[in-house]
Amino acid sequence: MLRDAWAIFMKDLRIELRTRVGLWQVLPFAAISLILFSFALGPKAQILAKGAAGMTWVGVLFATFLVVGRSQALERGTGVSEAQRLAGVDPAGMFLGKSAAVSVQLLAIELLLGIGAKLLLHMPIERIWLLVVSSVLATVGLAAVGTLYGALVAGARARETLLPMLVLPVLVPVLISAVRCWQAASVVSGLAVGEWLSILATFAVVYLAAGIILYGQVQESQ
Amino acid sequence: MSATTPTSSSLAFDLEGVVALDGQFPVLAGATVSGEVGTLTSIIGGNGAGKTSLLRTLAGLTAITRGSAAVLGCDLRQVGSQLVGRVGLFGHNTGLYDELSPRDNLRFLAKVTRNSKAAVDEALEAVGLSGRLATTPLGSLSAGQRRRSGLAALVLRAPELWLLDEPHSSLDPAAKVMVDQLVARALRAGSTVVLTSHDPELAHRQSHRIVEMAGGVVTAVATGGGAISDVA
Repeated sequence: MLRDAWAIFMKDLRIELRTRVGLWQVLPFAAISLILFSFALGPKAQILAKGAAGMTWVGVLFATFLVVGRSQALERGTGVSEAQRLAGVDPAGMFLGKSAAVSVQLLAIELLLGIGAKLLLHMPIERIWLLVVSSVLATVGLAAVGTLYGALVAGARARETLLPMLVLPVLVPVLISAVRCWQAASVVSGLAVGEWLSILATFAVVYLAAGIILYGQVQESQ
Repeated sequence: MSATTPTSSSLAFDLEGVVALDGQFPVLAGATVSGEVGTLTSIIGGNGAGKTSLLRTLAGLTAITRGSAAVLGCDLRQVGSQLVGRVGLFGHNTGLYDELSPRDNLRFLAKVTRNSKAAVDEALEAVGLSGRLATTPLGSLSAGQRRRSGLAALVLRAPELWLLDEPHSSLDPAAKVMVDQLVARALRAGSTVVLTSHDPELAHRQSHRIVEMAGGVVTAVATGGGAISDVA
């Protein structure tokens, strides 16, 4: 399983490096959404700083749909999915590999949006470790849910609209927890984050386990 | 032509009265056909006869709703992981990533099928894809070169059962000869090959067995010349 996951992970990243869809389409989209949010809130630095964490993570959520959609589109082309099934690619390995590749891309987007939030929205950063840990946990959850649901709707005609409709309600705990952690990271101390980190970790573990178990059946049902 | 009943225990595939549906439409409507290990079977018939559906059923990609079917000793109605990796299907799609070069595609395939990098180069060489062609993204190659890439993937995997859907289409005369050589090599290695063809004359000359289909059923089975065995 892990060997197949590594092969899928490297393959997806290689394709991304070749095509640069993330660089030229997803990243500008996420950055523009962050800028638009800041326009909507007005020029006051205090208000922008207060909403920075929420705006950043909504931007990350939007980017997630694009990255996941792209990740699933790779497997739809020219009979690839069936060829891999016949070649014996482990579905659990495929799920893990694709989730990992999506995670790496999302982390890169979060890093750049985080820098944007610091520079454009005046978001204070006091506890970097908390930003990093919460981002990694939230990203794994986003990628696992996105990859699983992305495969589920892959065969549907209206998959582009179906995916956000199905996934957004599921991702509410991740959004709230990640925002709370980022808000806590902007102050030296005082805000407890243990529960929010626990929610992020539990969510990631549950959906990783669900994906490993269900991905094969989801693929076969397409 | 006369219908035959499979009796040998060395059958690579054995379908009896198989019904398979695509939605509500029966793509196979009671097909009965079998083929021995190490032989070439050609399936002929007009458009919509059920040739591709038969190949997909043999690959385990189309579910059976009625009848019995065994492929490489596995019951297709209960097949789990036993058939995985043992069957290769070469259809109108390459089954490869357009964004990657043939070499990168095959290297990826080699990783998941536990093959070596040397085997990748051998497979590319076998289909005449070397130099710049091997490193150009698949999406930028011609239809014939893309089909060669798909064949290279099959050569790399070397499955026990080769299922080839009109393998000669979109290929130049030299590439058609190459396909015949690959099929002959696979047969010599003990694999079984089933292909669909729109050229009955070629099918009768080269194959060990010819299966004619119409309306999702096998209408006739005949013994062929087996000239594929003479291909170097």
